[in-house]
Amino acid sequence: MAEAHPVGFQWVMEAKQRGAKVIHIDPRFTRTSALATTYVPIRAGTDVAFLGGIVRYILENELDFREYVLAYTNAATIVSDDFRDTEDLDGLFSGYDPTTGTYDRTSWQYRGHEEESGGHQTVTERNSAAGLRHESHGAPISGRVMRDETLQHPNCVYQILRRHYARYTPEMVERICGVPRERFEEVARAWTENSRRDRTTMLVYSVGWTQHTVGVQYIRTGAIIQLLLGNIGRPGGGILALRGHASIQGSTDIPTLFNLLPGYLPMPHHAQHATFRDWYTSIQNPGQKGFWANARAFAVNLLKAYWGAAARPENDFCYDYLPRMTGDHGTYQTVFNMIDGKVKGYFLFGQNPAVGSAHGRAQRLGMANLDWLVVRDFFLTESATFWKHSREVETGEIVPERCRTEVFFLPAATHVEKEGSFTQTQRLLQWREKAVDAPGDARSELWFTYHLGRIIRDRLMGSTRPRDRALLELVWDYPTHGPHAEPSAEAVLREINGYDIATRRPLASFTEMKDDGSTLGGCWIYTGVFADGVNQAARRKPGREQSWVAPEWGWAWPANRRLLYNRASADPQGRPWSDRKRYIWWDEESGQWVGEDVPDFEKTKPPGYRAPHDATGVAAIDGIDPFIMQGDGKGWLYAPAGAVDGPLPTHYEPAESPIRNPLYGQQANPVRKLYPRPDNPTNPGPPESHAEVFPYIVTVSRLTEHHTAGGMSRTVRYLAELQPEMFVEVSPELAVERGLTHLGWAHVVTSRSVIEARVVVTDRVAPLRLEGRVVHQIWLPYHFGYEGLVRGEPANDLFGVTLDPNVLIQESKVGTCDVRPGRRPTGPALADLVADYRRRAGLDGHGPPVATADAARPGDDPDPEE
Amino acid sequence: MAESWTAAPANPAERAGYVAPPPRMGFFTDTSLCIGCKACEVACKEWNLIPGSGLDLLGMSYDNTGALTANSWRHVAFVEQSRTAGWQAVPPLAGAPTGAAASPTTAEAGGAASPEQGTLPGVAPAPDPAPAARMAGGGTSLGMPGADLPGRGDRGGRGDLRWLMMSDVCKHCTDAACLDVCPTGALFRTEFGTVVVQEDICNGCGYCIPACPYGVIDQRRGDGRAWKCTLCYDRLRAGRIPACAQACPTDSIQYGELDELRERARVRVERLHAEGVTEARLYGHDPGDGVGGDGAFFLLLDEPEVYGLPPDPVVTTRDLPRMWRRAGIAALAVAAATVAAFVGGSR
Repeated sequence: MAEAHPVGFQWVMEAKQRGAKVIHIDPRFTRTSALATTYVPIRAGTDVAFLGGIVRYILENELDFREYVLAYTNAATIVSDDFRDTEDLDGLFSGYDPTTGTYDRTSWQYRGHEEESGGHQTVTERNSAAGLRHESHGAPISGRVMRDETLQHPNCVYQILRRHYARYTPEMVERICGVPRERFEEVARAWTENSRRDRTTMLVYSVGWTQHTVGVQYIRTGAIIQLLLGNIGRPGGGILALRGHASIQGSTDIPTLFNLLPGYLPMPHHAQHATFRDWYTSIQNPGQKGFWANARAFAVNLLKAYWGAAARPENDFCYDYLPRMTGDHGTYQTVFNMIDGKVKGYFLFGQNPAVGSAHGRAQRLGMANLDWLVVRDFFLTESATFWKHSREVETGEIVPERCRTEVFFLPAATHVEKEGSFTQTQRLLQWREKAVDAPGDARSELWFTYHLGRIIRDRLMGSTRPRDRALLELVWDYPTHGPHAEPSAEAVLREINGYDIATRRPLASFTEMKDDGSTLGGCWIYTGVFADGVNQAARRKPGREQSWVAPEWGWAWPANRRLLYNRASADPQGRPWSDRKRYIWWDEESGQWVGEDVPDFEKTKPPGYRAPHDATGVAAIDGIDPFIMQGDGKGWLYAPAGAVDGPLPTHYEPAESPIRNPLYGQQANPVRKLYPRPDNPTNPGPPESHAEVFPYIVTVSRLTEHHTAGGMSRTVRYLAELQPEMFVEVSPELAVERGLTHLGWAHVVTSRSVIEARVVVTDRVAPLRLEGRVVHQIWLPYHFGYEGLVRGEPANDLFGVTLDPNVLIQESKVGTCDVRPGRRPTGPALADLVADYRRRAGLDGHGPPVATADAARPGDDPDPEE
Repeated sequence: MAESWTAAPANPAERAGYVAPPPRMGFFTDTSLCIGCKACEVACKEWNLIPGSGLDLLGMSYDNTGALTANSWRHVAFVEQSRTAGWQAVPPLAGAPTGAAASPTTAEAGGAASPEQGTLPGVAPAPDPAPAARMAGGGTSLGMPGADLPGRGDRGGRGDLRWLMMSDVCKHCTDAACLDVCPTGALFRTEFGTVVVQEDICNGCGYCIPACPYGVIDQRRGDGRAWKCTLCYDRLRAGRIPACAQACPTDSIQYGELDELRERARVRVERLHAEGVTEARLYGHDPGDGVGGDGAFFLLLDEPEVYGLPPDPVVTTRDLPRMWRRAGIAALAVAAATVAAFVGGSR
């Protein structure tokens, strides 16, 4: 965190000065480790084993916050008798289909709900990264479930959890993660001792955690621990994702993703959502508890915001104008489609995939095979110049004179040169004013998008083709100002907030959204940001002038609520768990929930409320159901739906690992998304042979001095000089083993590529002892590329494309490699070197075996496409 | 000209002739809070419009600035040591497998790094890498930044690991030799008690450079004039805090009235000692030291030499009056002898 988020780390330092214990778990000793009270080295890619060990420690020692767990989680819920755990099936859950490499999740359901799951659509869900839509709400599940309040039923979640993690002992953690047993136990003790009625623990991760084939399950394991310890919905608890860029949260709320619409409404799928009704009922999931029952209103308001008067009840509010998904349209599928000539044009808004995305060679070859490419950035990034400066030009794979892609470079305005809002990780919208005019032709994204849309609409004016109607009927009337006709960002925010169409009165809350077309709103969760016609995101009341929760600084979605699920900060009777951690509580006299924050609960629903058996939607939420967006109102220790790769996190080895999975026959995530193509090989690992060709573990991350793919730091002198060259960190032991010298050159090889870097020998990278042998890890920064004041080879070139099946994020934080002294070969010899490695590794074009558990039939590679 | 180093008003601004100056201002840099982000270096350069320092990978941990120079007025040192920080109960790498130490050639390559920047105060990068290689082969640690190369002879196996970070800066000495020796008056004492070079007066004679006991002030190549931290004199006059202190996210760099900072530092050391960080100590806080105390002082976690700081700095002009006295006496004696010779000879 000190390394990648130094400004945020000031609060950790402040907490440390007040006596907080700071634990840092990282493959390499970073600036954070230097300041932490405890540093725990770990093998990259083994976090589920480590955290699973903590789950076991909690359960075996009965250290869970029992009252919280019983009332607020699904610990007591009884799961289908058909469910089989990974302990029974050698690393697979029940329902695995080796021909598709996916699960039928019927047997994972709660008892009595087996046929309501929609659990058969896992291939489609994986291709559309359907897990993403759960960012604001749980997966569909029916409200009424069977429970055993004694937690003794063998199929209740609590007992399933115990059995599932029974073998995640400290010894096993040591074997898998390389974490000494005492160190593991120190973390377990600190975490559990600091989680109770009057204390809470916070889990903070950075988004490198998501870049694994089991990334979603890493975070799920963290969630299980935090729920067991009562650390969710309470002040000082929670799970915090430190985002990699400004407004990453905003870019999923109002998404730049292929599978989501604003407010986590799913992008319609051509087969699943043929009609408007199919679409919104799939979100509502009739019969379940919670606020998604109002999904039709959220959907109507979005369509009204898009198409205004043209969107009417009789034409389903122009639902048919929405594009439909037909499969995987993720960024990596798109890149492979580009290589295959199926994509003609590509927009890059401040993104630099030639350096920042996994498998740089595929990225650059893909971009070299377009008709046109638009790059909007501050500098000529590698993604704008790949056709003349890149590795592939050196090898002859791209010939500048013959590269067919026409690249349009358009200079972009920086964040101080335009107005708008950022949404940070706490869901807080903060408005920023423009400080200076952008130089020259640099313009904001808003300007570019608005005027591009305007020009396209002008060109189409008078067209009678049905396919143009969606564009022509779009409401595209934002007011502009200034010499460049800059659209008003506040006008956009006002539309996002939503308003009553007749009076143009801004809506104060999404509960005011109507499903009859009389209101509109661009993103239901943001409704309220323009309440009373005031830009609430622009509020800047100093902290000392308001309560410690600071509700008048910016605006948080939903409803300016700073802490989600805060009903859980009170006990089932509605009293604070302790005076020290009081936050929201039930006030008997006034008959409502009161406290420091906006209650995340119906304000006047008493703790003793129990819903009638036939209730659905909001009315079905009991007075003790804090997790109001979940289908059963409970925090999910066990996820019967939502994740396509298992209801419980399970340790799988990374897709590329030097060791055999010590826990199960199943080596790696059996549902991971593969693109088995000759240009996307995977390094072999056990149980396959030839793992010794790539004996070392490689992990990458950031340096404080640079930002992501380096386009904003390698180009700035004062930053570039602070880390002026690409380097690789190795341990003294590995340096001796491979003959590497400090500040000398080394090259790192995988089956995709080879890159060279200067060697930094340091004790901060330590070897690990795994399965009785010493395993070396190396570390690389991923900031370098071929442009800028300081240059180096992109670390992401080393990685292939293997994805997490829930969200289609690549495994680019761990892989295997070889390291050799000296500089890499150049020109054609470079390609020969990689080809020779592929030959020695036995990579003749076939993909790795996916299902390696005895329970699955060996053989057939799954079909990656539907 | 020269400020007295003996009994005199405590506030150097008063000694310099300011009548009722504002309180003396300074820095307290608490290295136990430094996270090595280098925001101070960048903020300083941005505000003071300092040229770049050169694009050189130095191999001294994450320090690619190297030293305080004419082009780097804040310098964050990174020191990797096989010791355990006081706040870490367990050695960070305890239990990690050990292996062979790095080869002497590793250290040799490290010693051969030669950056192009400023006049490289302090120890020049070894033109002959052999000493670095000898060091890696065994022998005594010099404790200097960068001397702690991997494979250093005295490593006691894996386990202990500590990464010290420290943002160094001009000390703004109470008794400032650079100011004493400046013939043009380019260097002057401000009303805040700080020491500043006036770039429009400096003639580049370079006398101040060997005079600095810390190796801070430096001549800029291609310019010839001397440059160093001004403690953001322009910002101070506008009632703002220096750029580096403003940018520091963790309050490792604290700016304020020197008396108050010294008290704050005393409390901080006591607190750290109570928490088991017994290695915490102050550097440059004592008005009784060889430079009359620093206007920018530090909380360190090891001996000053480890950070590249002199253990017992002395204002280099301390002995000047005595030397002048002796020279005067000698001159008088010679004169007297001469006179005597003539007088005697005339007899």
